Order: sequence, then C-alpha cells, then structure tokens
Amino acid sequence: MHSTTNIFLELGGVLFSLGILGHLALRVGISPIPLYLLGGLAVGKGGLISLGASEEFIQVGAEIGVVLLLLTLGLEYTATELLSGLRSNARAGVLDLVLNSAPGIIAAFVLGWGPVAAVVLGGVTAISSSGIIAKVLGDLGRLGNRETPVVLSVLVLEDLAMAVYLPVLTALLAHQTVARGSLTVAIALGLLAVVLWLALKHSPKVTRLVFNPKADRNDEILLLRVLGLALLVAGLAQRMQVSTAVGAFLVGIALSGPVAEGAAEVLSPLRDLFAAVFFVFFGMQTEPAEIPSALLAGSLLALAGVVTKVITGWWAARSAGIGTMGRFRAGAALVARGEFSIVIAGLAVAAGIEPRLGPLAACYVLLMAIIGPLAARFVEPVTRACRRRLAART
Amino acid sequence: MDIEETALPGIGLRHDFQTRSGRRIGVVSRHHGRRDLVLYDAEDSDAVGECVTLTAEESDALSELLGAPHIVEKLADISSAFAGLVGDQIAIDPSSPYAGRPLGDTRARTRTGASIVAVVRDQVVHASPRPDFRFDAGDIVVVVGTPENTASVAALLRNG
Repeated sequence: MHSTTNIFLELGGVLFSLGILGHLALRVGISPIPLYLLGGLAVGKGGLISLGASEEFIQVGAEIGVVLLLLTLGLEYTATELLSGLRSNARAGVLDLVLNSAPGIIAAFVLGWGPVAAVVLGGVTAISSSGIIAKVLGDLGRLGNRETPVVLSVLVLEDLAMAVYLPVLTALLAHQTVARGSLTVAIALGLLAVVLWLALKHSPKVTRLVFNPKADRNDEILLLRVLGLALLVAGLAQRMQVSTAVGAFLVGIALSGPVAEGAAEVLSPLRDLFAAVFFVFFGMQTEPAEIPSALLAGSLLALAGVVTKVITGWWAARSAGIGTMGRFRAGAALVARGEFSIVIAGLAVAAGIEPRLGPLAACYVLLMAIIGPLAARFVEPVTRACRRRLAART
Repeated sequence: MDIEETALPGIGLRHDFQTRSGRRIGVVSRHHGRRDLVLYDAEDSDAVGECVTLTAEESDALSELLGAPHIVEKLADISSAFAGLVGDQIAIDPSSPYAGRPLGDTRARTRTGASIVAVVRDQVVHASPRPDFRFDAGDIVVVVGTPENTASVAALLRNG
C-alpha cells in the first residue's frame, strides 16, 4: 500500500514535469527529447532528487518504449518502400552511413575505447532521427518540397540498415566478437529476409492471418492485438538473443494496409508516453557529474555530425537534380539525431561496455536534437547571406 | 498536362503539375486522409511557397467545388465515355442510418472510392452537395464510380 503511494507520487511528478518540459520545447520550437534527457539527469544517479520506488517501473517502461519506437517505425514504412528505396538510392545510403558513422568510429578509437565501442558510437552518430525530421518538415510546410523525397529516402535506408545493424550489435555486446555471435546474427538476418519477403509478396495475407479487418475497426481490439503481438515477438527475439528492437521492427514491417495505418494511429499516444519514459531512464543512468568531461568530445562530434549530414544531403539532393538552395535544405534537414542514437547507446549502457559512452552519447544527442530543427529552420537565410557575401566579394 | 506522382515514404504521396499559367501546384496526400495543398515558390521551384493543410472533409469539399460540375454535365454519357465507370442512383430508405444525417458522415468517398455527385429531392437536382448536406428519406443519391464502388455506396447508405 505504502509503496504504491510512493510510486504514484514519483511517477506523477515525473510525468507532470515532462509535460511542462514538453510544453517549453514546443514554445521554443525544439524537439522535447533533449529536455526529457535533462529531466532524467536531474532525477537519476547523482542527480538532484533520487527516485527509489518507481525506478523498476521506469526501467520496464523504458524497454516498452524501445519496442514501441521500433514498432511504429516499422509500421511507417512498407516493405515495398524499403526495397524501392534500396534500389533507387543505394549510393546515397552508403555515402550517408560511411560518412556519418566515421566520426563516431574515429572518436572511439582516439579515446581508446576499443572496437565494440567504435561500432556503438558509429551507430550513434550515423542514424538521423526520423521522428524529429518528419515533424520539422511538416511544421515548416516542406513536405511538398522537391528535396523532401530525397531526405525521406535517406531515412528509409538508415532504417533498413538498422535492421541489419541492431542484431549484429546485440551479438557483439553479448559475445564481444562477431564470430561467436554469428549464429544469432545469422538467425536475425534470416528472419529479416523472410519477413521482408513475406511482407512484399503476401503482406495482406499475413495481416489477415493475425487480424480480422472487420473486428479491427474497433481501436481497442486493434491496439491490444498489435501491442501484444509486438511484445510477444520482442520477447521471443530476446530469448533467442536476437535484439528485441529488431523483433518489434519486423512486426511493424510485416503489417500493412489499413491495419498498419490504424495501428500507427492508436499506438502513437502510447509511444509518446513510453518513449518519454525511455529518454528519462537513459538520462537517469547517466551521472550528471560526468557530462562536463564529455562536453568537449560531444561538441566536436556534434560539429562533425552537422558537417557530414549536410554533405550527405547536399550530395543526395544534387544527384536528384535539385537546385543549390534545396541541396542545403536537404542537408540541414538530416542533421537531427535523437531516439535511435539513444536506443543504440542504451543497448551499450545496459551491456556495460564503457562507462564514459553513456554520458558522451547523452551529450551528443542533447546537442544534435537541438541543433537539428534549428539548422532546418535557419538554413535558408544563412545560405542566402553566404551567397550574397560571396557574390559581393567577386 | 502531366501529373507527376512521387512517393513520400512514411508520409504519403505527392502529386504535382505545372499550370498553363506557369505555376507549379501540388497535393501532398498524407496517411489518415489529411491533405496539403501546395503552391511552389515562383523563384525557387524546388520549394513550397504556400502550404494549406486540409482535413479529409475540407479536401472533399474543395475537390467537389473544383470538379463536380463537369462530372454532373457528363453524367448522361458517362457509361459510354469511360469503360468501367458507371453512374448509379440510390434511394435513401426511411430505415437508412443516414436519413436525417449530413453527407459528410458517410465518408463515402474515403470508404468506397465512389463519389456522390448529386442528390435529387422532389424532382430538384442538388448538384455537388456539400459535406453538410443533410439526407432525407426519399432522396435519390447519384454516385459515380466503378460498379463495385457504387454498389458499396448503396450498401453503405442502406446499412451504415
């Protein structure tokens, strides 16, 4: 009785404060993710207040948050979109991953953290935040812009890359070498191939096997079935030592049509709640005292991350025949990092490979989630001013 | 007139074309029925200059304002003009769940793909009825679409 009271008080306090932080973020026009991370820093290890009673609940909530983030990501794209993206934009995707994982990989080796941390940090710096980017493009009224399909196709390829990367990372973190984890990697990649094939050829049938379209007009039934299925598959994936996140992602891809659209809609408030809990939990595991020492490396990585994404977007837009201004808009739009960088860093923190990795990743995402939307917003006036200055000089 | 179709993964579809007067205009169809009506910038042809977000109901109303009169004019010879497209007349029974309710409630176009282009009440033709048009028992609803789609509208108006 007493413990429930404490859980309610703590959880209520946390969620209410997150609401206030989210409101602030909305007013300033930035993503709420960095503020949620700061909130987590304030209530976690070595923070201002410590949450004793609800920590266990928050930890489980955070894991559900990861499942929901990946599930809704999978629901967003159909297998056809993933594969046609791969076919038409493979070069931009390769450039994106090589260019943007490089700063993370280099940083890990310079700091002497070893190859496993390098794989983690490469992922953290490579993957853009499709959540932040879709929101920013919508808010700025740029969904119709001609460079927008280029930006989206880069995001699609990153997501496909993640489906391969996450099981490899999970195996690496568990076994420390790819060779010993190769069986689980093979299982995960085999599953990915099967799910993609099923989703491509027989998606409506797969969807119908699990869902009765008539009954699922009812939002409640749809919510329970999709969420239940995602958690079941995530749990099974965990048991087979394949990443939970990938399990949820595959469920999202396998579902299609109205069921997928309806599910995305009913899941989105739930995802917002548990994703916020996940960001808080990540912040809680990070010692605020370690942030200042990570700040220098974090800022350098952020600077590199802005430059590499702008180059990626610029190049991809140029090959699609977009004009100069559109190329810079595409580059700036891609800058934001967020939820997936934290998901990747969270796996590494849970495996306990390198204590300084968590603070660095937190620092990096704090900066990039703020810089990203600002870069997208101010790229036009900045580019115009630069061009005017260049023109004046010549 | 060439309408260009572009997939926007995770968001929806974009259709755009150049008008004879030289402006580029487009529609972004998002999942869940929201539409963005976009006018491209005259100077930077990659960028959207004006963007108006429409709800499903508003875009239905706009498309009916822009397109419906032509459809009604051509209703007479529609079956011969477009193979596979038919015009159908469906009566609103007193037992219909939509008797006394506005047209917008049926969401007929979204749910069936067929368009309600006119309603005949007491021998008077109400062309391109708006979503707030209220059905009465005895109205004759004129729909255009493929035979299956118009049949689904008939079922929809009968059973809800």
